[in-house]
Amino acid sequence: MEFDALLLSRLQFAFTIGFHIIFPAFTIGLASFLAVLEGLWLATKKTVFRNLYLFWVKIFALSFGMGVVSGVVMSYQFGTNWSVFSSQVGSVIGPLLGYEVLTAFFLEASFLGIMLFGWKKVGPRLHFFSTCTVAVGTLISSFWILAANSWMQTPQGFEFAQDGTMVATNFAEVIFNPSLPSRLTHMVLAAFLTTAMVVAGASAFALLVKKAQPESRTALRMAVLMMAIVAPLQLVVGHESGKVAHEYQPAKVAAMEGWWETQSQQPTLLFGWPDQDAEETHLAIGIPGFGSWFVAGDANAELKGLKAFAPEDRPPVWITFWAFRVMVGMGLAMVGLGIWGAIVWATRRLDRATLYHRALVLAAPSGFIAVLAGWIAAEVGRQPYVVYGVLRTEDAVSPVEAGAVATSLIFFMIVYAIVFSAGALYILRLMANGPDSDESPPKETSEPPGSPLGTGVKSAAAKEA
Amino acid sequence: MFGIELSMIWAVLIAVAVFLYVALDGFDLGVGILFPFAKDSHERDKMQAAIAPVWDGNETWLVLGGGGLFAAFPKAYAALMPALYLPIFLMLLALIFRGVAFEFRHHGRKTGKKWWTVAFSGGSIVAAAAQGLVLGGFIQGVNVVDGEFVGGPLDWLTPFSLLVAASLVAGYALLGAAWIIFKTEGELFERARGWVKRLALLSALGMGAVSLATLSVDPRITERWGLTMTSIDWPVFIQLAPLPIVAGVLCFMLWRGADLRRHSAPYLYAVGLFVVGYIGLAISLWPYIVPFTMTPAEAAAADNALSLLLWGALPMLPIILGYTAYVYWLFRAKVSDEASYH
Ligand code: HDD
Ligand code: HEM
Ligand code: HEM
Repeated sequence: MEFDALLLSRLQFAFTIGFHIIFPAFTIGLASFLAVLEGLWLATKKTVFRNLYLFWVKIFALSFGMGVVSGVVMSYQFGTNWSVFSSQVGSVIGPLLGYEVLTAFFLEASFLGIMLFGWKKVGPRLHFFSTCTVAVGTLISSFWILAANSWMQTPQGFEFAQDGTMVATNFAEVIFNPSLPSRLTHMVLAAFLTTAMVVAGASAFALLVKKAQPESRTALRMAVLMMAIVAPLQLVVGHESGKVAHEYQPAKVAAMEGWWETQSQQPTLLFGWPDQDAEETHLAIGIPGFGSWFVAGDANAELKGLKAFAPEDRPPVWITFWAFRVMVGMGLAMVGLGIWGAIVWATRRLDRATLYHRALVLAAPSGFIAVLAGWIAAEVGRQPYVVYGVLRTEDAVSPVEAGAVATSLIFFMIVYAIVFSAGALYILRLMANGPDSDESPPKETSEPPGSPLGTGVKSAAAKEA
Repeated sequence: MFGIELSMIWAVLIAVAVFLYVALDGFDLGVGILFPFAKDSHERDKMQAAIAPVWDGNETWLVLGGGGLFAAFPKAYAALMPALYLPIFLMLLALIFRGVAFEFRHHGRKTGKKWWTVAFSGGSIVAAAAQGLVLGGFIQGVNVVDGEFVGGPLDWLTPFSLLVAASLVAGYALLGAAWIIFKTEGELFERARGWVKRLALLSALGMGAVSLATLSVDPRITERWGLTMTSIDWPVFIQLAPLPIVAGVLCFMLWRGADLRRHSAPYLYAVGLFVVGYIGLAISLWPYIVPFTMTPAEAAAADNALSLLLWGALPMLPIILGYTAYVYWLFRAKVSDEASYH
C-alpha cells in the first residue's frame, strides 16, 4: 500500500511537472523574443517587427495561460503528495518559493494584463515596459525555482533541528549552492533555444508555403542567429553541468554514461543497453577514454562506476542513460542546424534553401524534447533521493491512500490531454496562418494582441474619456 | 529575533493573502458561475472581458496563500494538504479549465467555442464549490497525530462541508454579479442588478446557516461565542453580536444599492459581507492554524526562514499592491456594447 502511493505520487509528479515545463521552456524565451521585437519596432518603426510582435504575442498568450494553470498545480503538490518532504525542508527552500511568488509571479501576471490588453490603451513606451517586465519576471522565476531544485541536487548550508526537520544555517549557501550557476544558465539557454527552434520552424514553414514573406524572413534570421550562437554555448554549459554533477553526484554521471566498473579510460558510449540486474551495459559501442577525458580532463583519470555504489543507492540507469543521450543528440542536431544556417546565410541562400527550411520544420519540437529529456536525466539520476544524500524519495511521500492518488493521476491525464490537444491545435492553427503581412495602415488593422475583446475594452475607455 | 510574534505576523499575512484571493478571484469565479444565466454569447463575451486583464493577477493570491503556507508553516501545510487531497485537486483541475478558457474561447470555432464556454463556467462553479469543500473540511478540523494526517481520504465530505460549498458558490456569484454591475452598462447592467438582489438574499441565508452550523462543529467554538447547550453567556455574546447585525445591514444596503442603480457600491458591500464572515471565522478558530490541533507557533518554519521571508515581503507586498492597483485603474473603463468578438 505504502509503495503504491509512492510510485503513483512519483508518476503524478513526473507527469505534471513534465507537462508544466513544456510551457515555461517556451514562454521564457518567447517573452524575451517579444521584448526584442517590440524594442526593434519602437527603434526602427519597421512594421515587420510590429506584425511579428502581434503574431507571436497571441501564441505567447495561449502558452503562458497553460503555463500558469499547470504551475498552480505544482505549488500545491508539494503538500498533497510530498508532505513529509514539505515539513522536512520547508524551512530551507520554502522561503525561495515564497520569494518566487513575491518577486516574479505577481510581476508576470499583472503586467501580462497590460501586455495583452493594453496595446492601444497605454503609450508604446509603457507597453514596451510591460513586455520587458514580463520577460524579466520569467527569468526571476527561473532563478528562484532553480535555486530550490539545485539545492535539492547539491544541498548545503543546512543542519538538522531538534525536531528532526532541516533548518538553514546560511541562506546564501542554500541559494547559491554549487549546481545553481550551471543549472540556471543551462536552463535559460535551453529556453532560448527551444523558442528559437519553434520560431525557426514556423518561419521556415511560412516561407515554404509563401506566406508573410518579409516577416518570416526576418524572424528566420533572428532564430538562426540565436541558434548558431546559443547551441554551441549550450554544449559548453552542459559540459560544465556534467562536471558539477560528477563532483557532487558521481552515481548520476555513472548512470548517464552507463559506466559500471570504476576504472581509468572510461569510455563515452554512443549506444548501449544498460541492464540494472546484470550490472552491465549490453551492446556498448563507445570511444574508449573519451569519457574520462571529457568529464575529468584526463583520459587516464579513474572515475567511479555504478558498482562503487550500493545497489539501493543507484539511480534507475536505463532511463538516465537514454534521456541523457536524447538531450545531447538534440543539442548536437541544433549545433548542426546552426552551422548549416550560418553557411546558407553567408552564401545568401537562406530564403531559398528549401531543404534547410524543411529540416527546420522537422526540428521545431527538438527544444521541447531536449528539455524534457534533460530534466528526466537530472531528476531520475538524483534518485533514490529527493534531497541528494539526505532525504530519500520513499521517506518523503504523504500519508495518503493509493486510491486517492490514482484518482487524481487519472484525472490529470485526461484533463491535460484535453487541454494540451486544444492548446496545440490553436497554436498550430495560428502558425499555419502565419503573421499578418501589412498593407493597410496600422491604426485600423492592428488588433489588440491576446484577445480580440481588447478592442471593446479600449473603445469603452475612449468613450468614457 | 521576534520570537513568537514572527509566526503571528505570518499567520496574519497569509490570512490577508487568502482574503484578497477570495475578494478578487471570487468575482472572477462569480462571473463564470453566472455564465449560464447570460442572454447570449455576445453578453458572455462582455462578462469575460470584464475580468480578462486581471484574473491572472487575482489567481496569484492563491499561489501566495499556498506557497506562503508552505514557506511559513510547513507543518500546517504538511498536515492539511494530504487531509484535503481530493477537494484540492478538484479545485486545481477546475481552475485549469477556467484559466485556459479565457484564451481558448476565442480560438475555438463553433463547437470549440461552445465547449470552452461550458468549460469556463463549469470550471468556475466546480472551483468555487471545491474551495467551499476545502474550507468546510478545514473548519471541521483534520485528524492529525504527531503532525501527520492519519484520517481517510473522504473525511472532509460531510453535510457541513457541502453546506459551506453551496454557500460559497452563492457568495462568489454575488461578488461576480456586483462586479458585472461595476463593469458594464445597458441591458447586462440591468440584469446584473436583479442577480445581485437575489444573490444577496441567498448569500445571507447561506452565511447564517453556515454560522449556525459552525457553532455545532466543536464545543470550543460554541464556547467562544458565549453559547452553551443550555445558556447564553451574555457579556461574551454581546461583544460578538455586532457581527451578524453588520452582516444584516450590509445585505440590506446591497439590495438598496442595486435598486438605486449604484455602480461600485454593491461590489464594496459584497466584499464587506465577506469581511464580516471572515472575521467571524477567525474568532471561531482562534488561535489555531490547523483547527484544534496546531497553533501558528507550533506549525511555523524556523525563525531565520520566517524573518528572511518577512524582509522580502515588507518591501514587495506594497509594491505588488501598488502595481496591481495601477492595472485595475488602467482597465477601470466599462466594457462597452461593441465588446463583441470579431
Ligand atoms: C525554468 C523555469 C521553471 C521551472 C523549473 C518551473 N517553473 Fe513554474 N513557471 C515558470 C517557470 C518555471 C514561469 C516562466 O514563470 C511560468 C511558466 C509560464 C508562466 O506562465 O509562468 C511558471 C508558472 C508557474 C506558476 C503560476 C504563476 C502565476 O500564477 O502566474 C506556478 C504556481 C509555478 N509555475 C510553480 C512551479 C513549481 C512549484 C515548480 C516546480 C516544481 C515549477 N513551477 C517549475
Ligand atoms: C521543471 C522541470 C522539472 C522536470 C521536468 C522534473 C522532472 C522530474 C521527474 C521526471 C521526477 C521523477 C523522478 C523519479 O521519481 O524517478 C522528479 C522528481 C521530483 N522533482 Fe523534479 N523536475 C523538474 C523540476 C523540479 C523542481 C524545480 C523541483 C523543486 C523545486 C522539483 C522537485 C521534485 C521532487 C520533490 C521530486 C520527487 C518526487 C519524485 O521523486 O518523483 N522538480 N522531477
Ligand atoms: C549538447 C550538449 C549537452 C550537454 C553535454 C548537456 C549536459 C547536461 C547535463 C550533464 C545535465 C545534468 C545536470 C545535472 O543533473 O546536474 C543536463 C541537464 C539538462 N539539460 Fe542538458 N546538455 C546538453 C544539451 C542540452 C540542450 C540542447 C538542452 C535543451 C534545449 C538541454 C536541456 C537540459 C535541461 C532542461 C536539463 C535539466 C536541468 C539541469 O539539470 O540543468 N541540454 N544537461
